[in-house]
Amino acid sequence: MELVLSAGIGVLTASGVWLLFRPRTYQVIIGLSLLSYAVNLFIFGMGRLRVNAPPVLEPGGVGGLLTHTDPIPQALVLTAIVIGFAMTALFLVVLLASRGFTGTDHVDGRE
Amino acid sequence: MPFRGALLAPAAAHKCCSIHGPPRSCHFGKIKGNGHIEIAATLLLILVLAPFAGSLVAICIPAHKGTASAWLSGSIALFCLAISAGLYPIVAANKVLRYDINWLPELGLNFSLRMDGFAWMFASLITAIGLLVVIYARYYMSANDPVPRFFALFLAFMGAMLGMVLSGNLILLVIFWELTSIISFLLIGYWHHNANARDGARMALTVTGTGGLCMFVGLMLIGHIVGSYDLDVVLSSGNLIRNDPLYTPVLVLILLGVLTKSAQFPFHFWLPHAMAAPTPVSAYLHSATLVKAGVFLLIRLWPVMAGTDQWFWLVGLAGLSTLLLGAYFAIFQQDLKGLLAYSTISHLGLITVLLSLGSPLAAVAAIFHTMNHATFKASLFMAAGIIDHETGTRDMRKLSGLFKYMPITATLAMVASASMAGVPLLNGFLSKEMFFAEAIETHKYNLLDTLTPYVATLASMFAVTYSLRFIYSVFFGPPPQDLLKTPHEPPHWMLAPIYFLVFSCLVVGVIPALTIGPFLHTAVQSVLGEATPVYSLAVWHGWNLPLFMSLIALVGGIGLFFIMRPYLATSIEGPPFFRRLEGQRIFERVLVTLSWKWARSIEMRAGTRRLQPQMRLLVGVALLAGAVTLLSQGFKPANIILRNIDPAFALLWLVGMVCAVGAAYQAKFHRLAALVLLGGAGLVTCITFVWLSAPDLAATQLLVEIVTTVLILLGLRWLPKRIEDPDDQLMTISTRLRRLRDLGFAVFAGLGMMLISYTIMSREMPETISSYFLERAYSEGGGTNVVNVILVDFRGFDTLGEIAVLCIVALTVFALLLRFRPATESLEAPEQQRVQNAFDDDHPDRKKGDSIAEYLLVPSVIMRWMFPVIGMLAAFLFFRGHDLPGGGFAAGIAMSIAFILQYMAGGTRWVEERLRIHPLRWMAIGLIVATATGLGSWVFGYPFLTSHAQYASLPILGKIPLASAILFDLGVFSLVLGATVLILIALAHQSVRAPRAQIRAAKLAAKENT
Repeated sequence: MELVLSAGIGVLTASGVWLLFRPRTYQVIIGLSLLSYAVNLFIFGMGRLRVNAPPVLEPGGVGGLLTHTDPIPQALVLTAIVIGFAMTALFLVVLLASRGFTGTDHVDGRE
Repeated sequence: MPFRGALLAPAAAHKCCSIHGPPRSCHFGKIKGNGHIEIAATLLLILVLAPFAGSLVAICIPAHKGTASAWLSGSIALFCLAISAGLYPIVAANKVLRYDINWLPELGLNFSLRMDGFAWMFASLITAIGLLVVIYARYYMSANDPVPRFFALFLAFMGAMLGMVLSGNLILLVIFWELTSIISFLLIGYWHHNANARDGARMALTVTGTGGLCMFVGLMLIGHIVGSYDLDVVLSSGNLIRNDPLYTPVLVLILLGVLTKSAQFPFHFWLPHAMAAPTPVSAYLHSATLVKAGVFLLIRLWPVMAGTDQWFWLVGLAGLSTLLLGAYFAIFQQDLKGLLAYSTISHLGLITVLLSLGSPLAAVAAIFHTMNHATFKASLFMAAGIIDHETGTRDMRKLSGLFKYMPITATLAMVASASMAGVPLLNGFLSKEMFFAEAIETHKYNLLDTLTPYVATLASMFAVTYSLRFIYSVFFGPPPQDLLKTPHEPPHWMLAPIYFLVFSCLVVGVIPALTIGPFLHTAVQSVLGEATPVYSLAVWHGWNLPLFMSLIALVGGIGLFFIMRPYLATSIEGPPFFRRLEGQRIFERVLVTLSWKWARSIEMRAGTRRLQPQMRLLVGVALLAGAVTLLSQGFKPANIILRNIDPAFALLWLVGMVCAVGAAYQAKFHRLAALVLLGGAGLVTCITFVWLSAPDLAATQLLVEIVTTVLILLGLRWLPKRIEDPDDQLMTISTRLRRLRDLGFAVFAGLGMMLISYTIMSREMPETISSYFLERAYSEGGGTNVVNVILVDFRGFDTLGEIAVLCIVALTVFALLLRFRPATESLEAPEQQRVQNAFDDDHPDRKKGDSIAEYLLVPSVIMRWMFPVIGMLAAFLFFRGHDLPGGGFAAGIAMSIAFILQYMAGGTRWVEERLRIHPLRWMAIGLIVATATGLGSWVFGYPFLTSHAQYASLPILGKIPLASAILFDLGVFSLVLGATVLILIALAHQSVRAPRAQIRAAKLAAKENT
């Protein structure tokens, strides 16, 4: 389980980093999205991988790390997902504006 | 070492004269009722704030109403002077008046003001000379200058100086200290059209500002040693500071600040250049205030830092060289103000030498000379200003015989410069005699101490020479030639401040014990405490060695002047030989080298405007930082165990990896394919969350995935077409190498992430703060969904910040798209629309646009019907959020998908004719609701964003949790909904705007043709 997920994180990171270095803005935005998957999964993995662990408490109950999933990485990733969307949106609009101004989709604004 | 024992006494004495009590009270004895003291402490605050308030008012006065601003400044200065006079009885009783407001008590930083006798003396000097300078400046400043600005800066400077001398906290002192540097920069550069003024101001700021930063570090170290930044505590910890191993660095750092501020050698060079300021500024800054700030701090810290060998050598060497060189350079100046500037440097050196000696008597002399120098130097600067004002020049080679034209100014200047030279029966003489008496005492057995009396006599001789030169070359000799105007006496009120100052020089010089005596005693006692020595302020001490030294200096100085006179009458500015070694040149060269040459060459070599290399650098540094940290800390990757792998999970991630690599491979030429593959990787991530017991994340991820895909699809339309060219496949070797290098980076990063995450994930989970949340989520947050409780309750403030960020991003996107100009080639209708329209045109039974309307007819009907369903889902997600997976984020995004589907099904115009979509309002409501919920807890006396939990039974819905956090979550929901819809719709609207732009362009073209 751990090995598969970490291999997945590795491949996502590698694809993301490769795209970050590419000259076209669209490549970079795809690369950033892939990287953010990798980072979210990485943060999530910090709470260890638990299959079939209850994520919510019994009403009136008290939870513990032995029985329940770790809520902190989840809370962190939840906000990261939303902020990641905002970042993608902002970046997309900036790249569209840059394309409109410069007439090219190269990251430097010129070929 | 006789003075060692004496030094310890004041430190002990301070403990008894200032009582350390709780803040927000003033500490002092029981002599008066508490109400009295409260008022006095408040007056202290008013004393510091009044000039700043006046400054704000003055800056609002129109430029031509100079007189009004002068009246304002004069009244403020008079008011402050009256306050400080009124506070005298308290400090005269040797009490310390304090005013404390807790500011950042965690950092030891409190706004505490503290007035003892010494601070009182400085406060009175600052306000009194400030008042005189205001009167003088009223007549000096030309109506063409922006006079209110001058007075505004002047008042602000006065406030900063008062704050500095009255600070009861070291950090606060630094803040006011830097403020004086900054405002003096503005004052010196007041005539900013003049290049000299700009350069002088910049130099003063660079030198004193750099010194101030060093001093800041030094004072922080003192705070570290003592354990408090409070001045009272520091002043009673002399032994602790002197015996600390950090003493030497602390001393060097503080001296850097003090010596630069007080223009001591080798940092003296900025002061003569600051003479480009208007003369009232020079009269104020260089007599009683700015340069005295350094001296002030030196005296302030004298009881806790002086007496060591390091102190003696560092301070003594700087002081003696400044004393001598300043006096020597002053002789050779041709500019009246230049002469006074170097004389100021020299006199400050004298005070520094006195302080270096470490004996209480010398400290008394230093304090006394600080006052005396302020009076005679201020009057001399004013006289120089009058001469400049009346003749149009300050060049001593052009000036002569002015006595006939302006006898009163001449007489006043003569008395003041006699005081500067140290002629008996004037105040300058008294402190100079004290200086001589201390100079001949043996304090330490070393060369410097032996040299001191000789250097003192020589410098004093030079002082006589330059003082005589000042008077002789300006007021005596033949009548002046080629002056621009005939000089005459200035207005009476312009002379009044000089009258006053010269009068005090005389009175103090003749009957010191009766006039200045008590005030000096108060000041001295507050610094030295029980170590206050017995000193005599008598004019006549009998025929002793100091008197003989004075006589030698007087006679020698007069003789030297008459020898030098012919040379000086025509010589060029500056002393022989030394004039080439100008500090300014060295300073400028250093600056140019540092900030221009080196900076540029580094930029040339290391900089690039291209983003790709920058990105490589960034990733490379990150990889290096990670690798170095891990390897140096002995990172051992966990053993890879191939057992226990769930084949389904492995298959899932095989798909995920193929999607990721495929997206990376296709992103250049097949954007849509890349987007689909990206979505695939996202789905795999989403399934992973479900698999690993994180339903909240899975729901949010899935919803965000949808929105992101729609977003990028909307953007695709505006990107240039990129069609794979078979010729491009033949890559050059350099391209191949570059790609290979990037691949190396990527593989390295991927492997690193894989190793790190695998190693951490296969370790035991340590005890973290998560247990805290798990234990209290229900009992304190009132919800069973711990993730949601963390978001809206425990860490509600973070979430509030996060939705604010989302709000800002949405507004930025909106603003950017308002001015969006698409590239011309993407303006025409998309290929699909053209094909559909052409099909309509070819068939006479179809109207144009029918195909587009009918396109995806069945899905669009379904999508329309989905609106209430998705709305219901969003409500469901929202209400269960506190107890079960869901919550404001997920619900907000789900609802926004409902709106987007309508846009996709019916088109922009169709939707907006039928629905009121106001994402900006939704966002505003969301932010207000979330903030108001947070503020609401204040009403009940709880900290910001404290939530209250309660279950409510509603018909049909059943028992639902009604924590006040749900209101907060409602704010989150509304804002997320608004932001998402705003972003998507703003982008979607571009397609509507583009045809309009096309139509407009076509119309314009048609008009031009006809």
